[in-house]
Amino acid sequence: MSTLTLGQALNAGLRRALEDDDRVVLLGEDIGTLGGVFRVTDGLQRDFGDARVVDTPLSEAGIIGTAVGLAYRGFRPVCEIQFDGFIYPGFDQIVAQVAKLHARTQGRVRMPLTIRVPFGGGIGAVEHHSESPEAYFTHTSGLRVVACANPQDAYTMVRQAIASDDPVLFFEPKRRYHAKGEVDVDADLADAPPMGVATVAQRGDDVTLVTYGALVQVARDAAAATADDGVSIEVIDLRSLSPVDYPTIEQSVRRTGRLVITHEAGQQGGVGAEIAASITERCFEFLEAAPVRITGHDVPYPPAKLEQHHLPDLDRILDGVDRVLGRPNSLTGVEG
Amino acid sequence: MTLSDGRDTDAHPRTDRPAQAASEFVQLLDPDGTRVTAPGYDQWIADLDEAALLALYRDMVVIHRVDAEATALQRQGEIGLWPPLAGQEAAQVGSAHALREDDFVFSSYREHAVAWCRGLRPEDLLKVWRGVAGSGWDPYELGMATPQIIIAAQTLHAVGYAMGIQRDGTDQAAIAYFGDGATSEGDASEALVFAATYKAPVVFFCQNNQWAISEPVGLQSTQHLAQRAAGFGIPWMRVDGNDVLAVMAATRIALERARTGGGPTYIEAVTYRMGPHTTADDPKRYRTEDELEEWRGRDPIARLERLLRSRGALDDDGASDIAREADAAAAAVRAACVSLPDPEPLSIFDHVYAEPNSHVDRQRDHYARYLAMFDEPGAAGEGSRA
Repeated sequence: MSTLTLGQALNAGLRRALEDDDRVVLLGEDIGTLGGVFRVTDGLQRDFGDARVVDTPLSEAGIIGTAVGLAYRGFRPVCEIQFDGFIYPGFDQIVAQVAKLHARTQGRVRMPLTIRVPFGGGIGAVEHHSESPEAYFTHTSGLRVVACANPQDAYTMVRQAIASDDPVLFFEPKRRYHAKGEVDVDADLADAPPMGVATVAQRGDDVTLVTYGALVQVARDAAAATADDGVSIEVIDLRSLSPVDYPTIEQSVRRTGRLVITHEAGQQGGVGAEIAASITERCFEFLEAAPVRITGHDVPYPPAKLEQHHLPDLDRILDGVDRVLGRPNSLTGVEG
Repeated sequence: MTLSDGRDTDAHPRTDRPAQAASEFVQLLDPDGTRVTAPGYDQWIADLDEAALLALYRDMVVIHRVDAEATALQRQGEIGLWPPLAGQEAAQVGSAHALREDDFVFSSYREHAVAWCRGLRPEDLLKVWRGVAGSGWDPYELGMATPQIIIAAQTLHAVGYAMGIQRDGTDQAAIAYFGDGATSEGDASEALVFAATYKAPVVFFCQNNQWAISEPVGLQSTQHLAQRAAGFGIPWMRVDGNDVLAVMAATRIALERARTGGGPTYIEAVTYRMGPHTTADDPKRYRTEDELEEWRGRDPIARLERLLRSRGALDDDGASDIAREADAAAAAVRAACVSLPDPEPLSIFDHVYAEPNSHVDRQRDHYARYLAMFDEPGAAGEGSRA
């Protein structure tokens, strides 16, 4: 076991992937000498050379489009998108090319791309640096969308993403890059939970609280806060946003009867909407209350001084928990 | 510069952009079928004997005939759409004949002749257009990616593939085919940036056929398209795209540069799309009969035929034989097209992912159960739904 930050764990995972498979090629802006703006690729170009760890022109469509060509040629490209808000210029290549080529060619052409995206707010950044674009990609068939929340998962999931024959949008919670945790760097990948499964981050019996990325820690804090009140929250770390591991959520909701979903992204058409609908379809008879979503507002990501009003925090999550418990909450007495 | 048909350039606010002069390019075979010399280019086709010239002629005649058959199949409702290549036979056949079997092609949706020269089977040509498959062929079998509908997206794929060739240390090359309209897309510029930066072994082959659906090339650029490359530090050539010899020479030059570490080359083949953009549009709405007539006089097939006849390499009997061969190829394409079966309904769930996916797998199971209801005696299909 080593104690690593989430960023260091990603670095170790990428290093391991580069060692294990010489067809792995990293592409991105500033990922070489600088080691990435978050230093996730620190030292990799030095050790693997500039043909394996490629500093690219400032061109997101270029990074992803050339990665498509490399994949055609049998490589396993790992693209770094510098910030969440910069992925949009590469959107067409992701949804129209990366996502569809396997199906378009009847399975002949594989697109084992990993597209790493630091995502989410909470670091006081300027605009375009705090976005949560994941739902654009969960809506696109052919892509896998995952988010890691802790150093161990960061290490194993990035390796699983690179090893996957499917394209993976890999979201990294940027405000957790410096969070430390124990990482077993020698563990066999085959023994790790598969990339597509959710894990229970905290056991509980009264409310199921589903989240991913940076909010997993906030959700655990919420669980700790209610424990004194005698309310036991089960926190599920989704890890995979597409496909969603519904059996794990279902199992929990059948027991608790109450579901709260929280994410930083806006509410409309988001991952939480999808989960609320699907869980209602799947286990309506077990629900004691309508599922509740605690999300970012449906507004452009606000200036840094206002982001605490946008991001779900401990208190907003607890308010959501109160709603599913029928306790007094911010909506009590509100009509329509 | 004026519009090539001499129209008043002040006539219309949208189409008054001057198209580029159809001259100012390298030519080795003039419209009369006379072999002309071009220093720096002649030696690149010096090895072409009569058999090689006849092979170029045969491929152009056959694909022209097959293209006409596909248009007819669309008119008869056998396929949904067809983008005809007529007029661009020399640009496609000349460049394709310059390629090596182990080079890799990334094309748009009009390069039927390139696919034909790469060994396309008749039964694979119309699968996409009939709507029975996402790709008509195996890209690795043909050395040619599945045709690209999104304008210019494939230029980046070609560069990425070429970057892969560099890493594998082989002397193969990638080639990207795209049209004049594609030069305006961001992807095309980004591809030039990447190719120049990494000296990727890639050939950018622009078929300037003068029209992006209804938009004249002058709306995409006020300069020759080949000159775009200069700003990226990429060597360029501008050739008569209706001259199969000039196209072949230029492509060979570019491929040799790619194979020997010289990096990318940009070729603008100045040609003309004689038909509509696709069978869905009506070119009479946006271009004149005079313009068409002018380009008919530069027909790529007729000029090679004149050269072959003047050299005694082709006579009426020979031409008839090739025409019969073309008819047979067209008949084979037709027969293959009309016999293409509709795919199985559940195949829509195949290959969405390379690995099992719980979401898609569940939807497939549900839909399979739904479909199965109609197979059971007394099931919903015969009962309440009747």
